[in-house]
Amino acid sequence: MKETTQIIKAGLKKRYAREKRFRFFGLMSIIISFIFLIVLLVTIFSKGWPAFQQTYIKLDIELDEATLGINKFSEEDVLFSASYQKVIKNSLKQMFPKAKGRKQKRARNNLVSKSAQYAVRDKVLADPRLLGTKQSFWFLAKDDIDVFMKGNIDRSLPESDRRIKDYQLIWIDKLIAEGRLERRFNTVLFTAGDSREPEQAGVKGAIMGSIFTMLVTLSLSFPIAVAAAAYLEEFAPQNNRWVDFIEININNLAAVPSIVFGLLGLAVYIGFFGIPRSTPLIGGLVLTLMTLPTIIIASRAAIKSVPPSIKQAAVGLGASRMQTLFHHTLPLAMPGILTGTIIGMAQALGETAPLLMIGMVAFVAEVPGGIMDPATVMPVQIYLWSDSPERAFSERTSAAIMILLGFLVMMNIIAIMLRKKFEHRW
Amino acid sequence: MQLGQHISHRYGQNLEGIRNNVLTMGGLVESQADNAVKALLEGNAELAEEVATSDYKVNKMEVTIDEQCVQVIARNQPAAKDLRLVIAVVKVITDLERIGDEAEKIGRYSIKLAKKQAKNTMHTELTHLSQLVLSMLHDALDAFARMDTELAMKIIAKGDQINTEYNSVSRLLITHMMEDPRNIKDVLRVTWCARSLERIGDHSRNICEYVVYLVKGADIRHTNLDDVLADYFPGKDITS
Amino acid sequence: MTDIIETLPSMAKGSSESAEVISQADNTRQEFDVEISGTVGKPLIKNPKMSSRNCDVFYGEKQAIFNINLDIGENEIIAMIGPSGCGKSTYLRVLNRMNDTIPICRVTGEHTLDGEDIYGKDQDPVLLRARVGMVFQKPNPFPKSIYDNVAYGARLHGLASNRSELDDVVEASLIKAGLFKEVKDDLLKPGTGLSGGQQQRLCIARAIAVDPEVILMDEPTSALDPIATAIIEELMDELKEKYTIAVVTHSMQQAARVSQRTAYFHMGKLVEVNDTDKVFTNPEHQLTENYITGRFG
Repeated sequence: MKETTQIIKAGLKKRYAREKRFRFFGLMSIIISFIFLIVLLVTIFSKGWPAFQQTYIKLDIELDEATLGINKFSEEDVLFSASYQKVIKNSLKQMFPKAKGRKQKRARNNLVSKSAQYAVRDKVLADPRLLGTKQSFWFLAKDDIDVFMKGNIDRSLPESDRRIKDYQLIWIDKLIAEGRLERRFNTVLFTAGDSREPEQAGVKGAIMGSIFTMLVTLSLSFPIAVAAAAYLEEFAPQNNRWVDFIEININNLAAVPSIVFGLLGLAVYIGFFGIPRSTPLIGGLVLTLMTLPTIIIASRAAIKSVPPSIKQAAVGLGASRMQTLFHHTLPLAMPGILTGTIIGMAQALGETAPLLMIGMVAFVAEVPGGIMDPATVMPVQIYLWSDSPERAFSERTSAAIMILLGFLVMMNIIAIMLRKKFEHRW
Repeated sequence: MQLGQHISHRYGQNLEGIRNNVLTMGGLVESQADNAVKALLEGNAELAEEVATSDYKVNKMEVTIDEQCVQVIARNQPAAKDLRLVIAVVKVITDLERIGDEAEKIGRYSIKLAKKQAKNTMHTELTHLSQLVLSMLHDALDAFARMDTELAMKIIAKGDQINTEYNSVSRLLITHMMEDPRNIKDVLRVTWCARSLERIGDHSRNICEYVVYLVKGADIRHTNLDDVLADYFPGKDITS
Repeated sequence: MTDIIETLPSMAKGSSESAEVISQADNTRQEFDVEISGTVGKPLIKNPKMSSRNCDVFYGEKQAIFNINLDIGENEIIAMIGPSGCGKSTYLRVLNRMNDTIPICRVTGEHTLDGEDIYGKDQDPVLLRARVGMVFQKPNPFPKSIYDNVAYGARLHGLASNRSELDDVVEASLIKAGLFKEVKDDLLKPGTGLSGGQQQRLCIARAIAVDPEVILMDEPTSALDPIATAIIEELMDELKEKYTIAVVTHSMQQAARVSQRTAYFHMGKLVEVNDTDKVFTNPEHQLTENYITGRFG
């Protein structure tokens, strides 16, 4: 054997060992991060899952005209403003007449959600002829009852440590025995806006707020970013100090903490332009500032990766620079641009900090109907709920996180699909 | 062997053109040789004159074909059988030109010999040799045109016959000289004609060797005939 | 090169072989001293299709091409050969103003197409490129269908007023490029799915769909295998009946096979232009001879 061969052979073992170690470390880090991901998902799902179900209580309500002080022929606004709480209280009183003292009586009235009276009202408004009859209603149960029904309150604890007292337990057992307690799919979560009462709180307001905000962000940042990227890549003079300066600034902007954009929005959009705060418009404007650098950088990379041979071919056939850009460069760069855009949008979708600065953190119970209505967004909603003391809000927080994650996954799927659709081989 | 179609038309045309020119040149040389022999045997001074003066046509063709071959090598870089074709052609036309020269020589001697009509009896000694050589030349050109290696090998094998014939003719002519020293001058001329005929035979043999080279890719010059037959024509009885 | 010259003597230890090597090295040095003063051969011809006078090209401060005078005749194939970086591709791009796309590139001198100044103020580069088409080194079909590839130029310049006219243009171009038979059933399939040689013929079809007068080819077969190369060369031979073709090639064999005239470039200068027959059998300039015989570069 030649001398060099021997030297190489001597070192081989070491080399392979090093390679093996390297592979092992890589595998380990992947396994660890995977475990973390699983733990995260399991916690969120196990916590949030129950929020998709809600406890309902069935009550028979005597729609007594005298008690309500209205009749079939009352005007609509009279029907609207009547106190329906009374008939519900009466019904509960009938069912559980043994309640003693103010505390127990209040607890009895609090078996059902405050929204119960609106359910009765809506039914009467829909058909006033029901007045004077006896009707069964499925009412939302109060959040404590719901928490108990989902098994989150331990019966065996001493009464003083429990939120549900013994007399309430008796009522609940009775209701269960009569088949008046039921768990159903929680539609409120998806159809209602925010509320102080957990059982009445939903994410629809936040979702709509997020959608409007994203629409504003997308419709501003995509065209601006693509135009900027196309200009910088295809038209801007090369080796020009100004262009270099702009380039460096764009790259730096991508790394600026997002709350700074919030401050900027507060100062410029609200302070200077007087755009109303808390609206999706202002949110979208601020998030546009934040996503622009990301999309510009991604778009520039995508445009740069279009083979110059294609551009040359077009120019060689007599296409102008504009035609080359719109016929060839942009379509070929589109998958990359779209990926960058969706990454930017996903980032914006999950952003809270800058929105805190422009008032989108306010409690907004109404579902926004447009970009000028006060609104909040999903991550802010999560932040607000996680801050609430009620036990029932904690599972709703997890549920909202699940919904947000669902949105992000959906956006990524759309990104992949768009990529597949526009992808070309060359 | 088929030349086949080239992707480049022009290249194919050029090669075909070279081959056709060689065949034309072969035809020209053959008729020169035919006429030379005819003039010699019949004592036809006019025909001999014509043969002696028209060799320039053959020479011109040689130059043309040479030029064509150089162009094809420079432009198309022929390979394999195309390369062998061009190389073989370059060599074949050299031999053809030599045959033309020999025919011219015979023509020139024939002019002199024709003037001495009375004493031309000894030319008849050349009849057999010339027929043999002419048929050999004809077959060699035929073998080249058809790229027929078996025919070529047959002709190569005939080489010995020509040598034998040439020797016997030489001996006869020597007796003529001894008989009457006044004949020596003419007999020498006849001897040179015989020598030229023998040369034509040799050149024809060369052409056949190039045919084998062109088709089989084997250089069979300066090798044993039997070995060649065993190697390249197994199981074929060619020489008989 | 100087390294070789320096190291060679130390390798030579008196044997006759080494002595030969040294003398070769000395030759090489001599060859480098050959002066390039003007162009030898016949760069200028009667009734040229395109012509350049006193052409200089600069990339920023660096001069890439020095004083080139060259005529390109109608319906001829002129091959431009030379070592890498000799300026042949740069010169080719002068002829359809492709250099305009490079901001730091500056072209001087007079350049004409049919006597019209192609760098003149009223000359539109878009129109020029429609008249002087180009085929590139790497087959670069657009990632669109075969049909759209060929139709692109015609659509761009509005050469067809309706669909059936466009169909005719596409078909005629593909026939001329010798590709129609192979792709006639797959016109709507992507052009990028074709083989390399077919792609390059597609690019040629795309170029001739605009009906140019001159076709510039920048190493059109350097990315292709020999058979595809031979097909393209045969196609060029057919195309020259209708078009003037200027081809830059790294393969002098290709230049020898396809061209009528050959131009040899060396370090930005045009050394020799002559009939191809002459260049490849008896070049006039020492540098040309060195290059085509493989003695340097």
